Amino acid sequence: MNPFSSGTRLRDMIRAIRACKTAAEERAVVRKECAAIRASINEDDQDYRHRNLAKLMFIQILGYPTHFGQMECLKLIASAGFPEKRIGYLGLMLLLDERQEVLMLVTNSLKQDLNHSNQYIVGLALCALGNICSAEMARDLSPEVERLLQFRDPNIRKKAALCSIRIIKKVPDLAENFINCAASLLKEKHHGVLITGVQLCADLCKVSSEALEYFRKKCTEGLVRTLRDIVNSPYSPEYDISGITDPYLHIRLLKLLRILGQGDADASDRMTDILAQVATKTESNKNAGNAILYECVETIMSIEDDGGLRVLAINILGKFLSNRDNNIRYVALNMLMRATTLDAQAVQRHRATILDCVKDSDASIRKRALELLYLLVNENNVKPLIKELIEYLEVSDQEFKGDLTAKICSLVEKFSSEKIWYIDQMLKVLSEAGNFVKDEVWHALIFVISNASDLHGYTVRALYRAFLTSTEQETLVRVAVWCIGEYGDMLVNNVGMLDIEDPITVTECDAVDAVEVAIKRHTSDLTTKAMALIALLKLSSRFPSSSERIKGIIVQNKGNLVLELQQRSIEFNRILQKHQKIRSALVERMPVLDEATFSGRRAGSLPTAISTSSGAPSNLPNGIAKPATAPIPDLLDLSSDDVPAPSSSGGDFPQDLLGVDLSPTLAPSGAGKPPKASTDVLLDLLSIGTYLPVQTGSSASDILSSSQDDKALASLSSLSANATSPVNAAPMMDLLDGHGPGPQKPKENGQAYQSLVAYESSSLRVMFNFSKQPGSPQTTLIQATFTNLSSNVYNDFLFQAAVPKFLQLHLDPASSNTLPASGDGSITQNLKVTNSQHGKKLLVMRVRIAYKTNNKDVLEERQINNFPQNL
Amino acid sequence: MIHFVLLISRQGKVRLTKWYSPYSQKERTKVIRELSGLILTRGPKLCNFVEWRGLRVVYKRYASLYFCMCIDEDDNELEILEIIHHYVEVLDRYFGSVCELDLIYNFHKAYFILDELLIAGELQEPSKRTVARLVAAQDSLVETAKEQTSSITNIIAQAANTASL
Repeated sequence: MNPFSSGTRLRDMIRAIRACKTAAEERAVVRKECAAIRASINEDDQDYRHRNLAKLMFIQILGYPTHFGQMECLKLIASAGFPEKRIGYLGLMLLLDERQEVLMLVTNSLKQDLNHSNQYIVGLALCALGNICSAEMARDLSPEVERLLQFRDPNIRKKAALCSIRIIKKVPDLAENFINCAASLLKEKHHGVLITGVQLCADLCKVSSEALEYFRKKCTEGLVRTLRDIVNSPYSPEYDISGITDPYLHIRLLKLLRILGQGDADASDRMTDILAQVATKTESNKNAGNAILYECVETIMSIEDDGGLRVLAINILGKFLSNRDNNIRYVALNMLMRATTLDAQAVQRHRATILDCVKDSDASIRKRALELLYLLVNENNVKPLIKELIEYLEVSDQEFKGDLTAKICSLVEKFSSEKIWYIDQMLKVLSEAGNFVKDEVWHALIFVISNASDLHGYTVRALYRAFLTSTEQETLVRVAVWCIGEYGDMLVNNVGMLDIEDPITVTECDAVDAVEVAIKRHTSDLTTKAMALIALLKLSSRFPSSSERIKGIIVQNKGNLVLELQQRSIEFNRILQKHQKIRSALVERMPVLDEATFSGRRAGSLPTAISTSSGAPSNLPNGIAKPATAPIPDLLDLSSDDVPAPSSSGGDFPQDLLGVDLSPTLAPSGAGKPPKASTDVLLDLLSIGTYLPVQTGSSASDILSSSQDDKALASLSSLSANATSPVNAAPMMDLLDGHGPGPQKPKENGQAYQSLVAYESSSLRVMFNFSKQPGSPQTTLIQATFTNLSSNVYNDFLFQAAVPKFLQLHLDPASSNTLPASGDGSITQNLKVTNSQHGKKLLVMRVRIAYKTNNKDVLEERQINNFPQNL
Repeated sequence: MIHFVLLISRQGKVRLTKWYSPYSQKERTKVIRELSGLILTRGPKLCNFVEWRGLRVVYKRYASLYFCMCIDEDDNELEILEIIHHYVEVLDRYFGSVCELDLIYNFHKAYFILDELLIAGELQEPSKRTVARLVAAQDSLVETAKEQTSSITNIIAQAANTASL
């Protein structure tokens, strides 16, 4: 006999493990036990197999690996005695799951046991099959299970019914074999068989429409009768739960009726009486009764319309909602959520109660209630509800603030018909939970602020006040700093006072102080500090008398370790020192954004459309190129001929507006920032910057290609636009240093589009250069340049391209059909693509390149769908 | 459908796990860790439901043990509470006022009972008496088998003794 395995009994092992004081001790004990068990397994010790597996199961529950015991389960299952089989099947269900290959080995034993003369052994096999069978086993053993559905002992029939559920879930094709047997189970008297039979029918309906039709036709009547019998049945101690006979059966019958009634007026009609009876007669003072009512309400709401029943259902939910038991309230909120689509008005009646639930101490309830409330908000009730929610925001838990803030912001934006209300609410949110506010939300806020020209003064003062009291909310600081920079003069001079405002005295010095606080605050992140720097530059122009002081603050950042800040401060310092004349033009107030543009942007994809400034190139599919953005050119109108300047900036509007595109990948060099849209022109001009093959990330093309109807804004010089995007200022300044300040000569009509490496393999590179003819934005001229990267010459070079229907493609002949080796020369070929859905769809192309090298035919294919979005 | 059943002690020790949906060993450990973090920290008056990974976990505390069952979003949470109670009552009847220690030392018995109650994550038997009867019948089958083996061993031993005499 094995000296190890004889050692401890199961009980002793458990005791030893429980006696362990530390996790390390426990591990040591388990390791020793596992070693002993392995040894015993290796010796094929039959006497202790049973005990070993029991120990292993305990070890498995504790979370230790026990895979080495899997084969032992199979051996125990294959042995003849009931005790071995019992523990073997238990081990099988515990140690294995359906994904393990070993499981297949048990199929044969299972088959034998399903045909065993001892019904308890049949029961064990059914249980194991029902709990862990895989699809293959389900297929193999399905006939056995079907047969067992008619077994004489009801306890086997019920197990077989549940086993069938597993089988049809794994292999839905098998469903039709079970329909008839399942229907016959519905006539059973034994409750176990009945509830499992009803459950089987419900699951059959889910996987097979044939089954659904069958049960709907043949069984609805019978099910209604069964439900009526059980509802009206006298007290039966065996199934009684707090005065109700077998609530489980109630619930399953209601569930199946729901499936049968859904979408079928006739079947629904047949069950209305009994549903009404259940809804009115069920006792609601105990959990069991409430569980039935809950299921009944759900059924009523799902089946075909019956007005009277619905009222009954909503009333039950109302009662649930005022219940003191949290569980009941939770399910009520859940159900009301579904009810909003059916009868929003009825749910609105419970708004006040739901609002209370948002403030509940229970996180589960709060979450449900907030989601429900979100659905209930409309134009009429938004103001009081938001007021309540914001008040609650002040006292809510930290972990709930994120959710709550997101929902409030979303609602405020959705119902922001009055700007001042929107701004007020957002300021409150920013002051309370600014750290939870997402980037796109405060970006949107800045859009609105800059848009509401009559509220500039009011907003900047309100922000200044808020800033003084809560400097800990990052986003509040950012918005405040931006506004102080833009509208600093309004802050100081109390311009645009509204009647509702209290007058406030702010000196120039105070305003600069505020920005200085923001830049020196060590919790400020890079974005905030950069925004503060720009604000300072702007203030230097707004407050000439504080100019020296501002210069001092800017100079302090010249040695900043963050390159971005360092560069900005050096650039700004230069502006302050050398270019006094253009400074005021540089930092002019941001232009008012066109209303149509803004609402256009908001429509559709608000969160994505405005999120650009956080994303940079990785964030390309952000909806910027959607038609909604087209009106932007109204704002900057840069391509208009009477703008005496290189078309610059304005590309990625939010970024330039805020001047905060600080994604680290781009930070090192302002000049080499390809995604900054139309700075390209400027860069071309100065021939600085290596382009990364990144698409210009925005609406620059829209600016250039759309109609130019707002000439009023044309006076906006590119310089001012440029300065608001200080990253661009670097090359600009170089330019200025060279030529001195003066009218900006170079005028660009077209736009330079960024080149695209359309295809690159180890042997070949294809570059696309894009251009457009003035006046036909739909048509893109592509010059394809092919370069041979291998050391062999390519002959019979052929380039082919195909485009979808909305595009038209014209290919000019190639410059040659021989491509010299090692990049020693190239082939060019011109393509003309006309996009009939310009502005709606992006270019896309499939290319195929064929050539001969070393007398071998080579074919390379690729789909190109990364065309610049501005084409 | 019930995806899994967990019994966790107040200290976070796992007393029983039963998985009706496939979870790998790694996932199981993670699920248990996540859920004990979620459930054990909840206050006593809160509702018995926790939303978790698009599913719902219904739990109920009995003395030092939390009984948790994970269900689909559209299942009836209140019914699951009844099922948990149903299981506890059967355990109680079987062990005679059950306590955590019973479940530790006789964890296999707790499983046998659960297997008479649930299969494939669905309720199998609404009658506590039937469950108790079925478990008892199988227990006695085991007892008889044991007696038989021991009597056979005795006979062999006796035979060996007589032979050696």
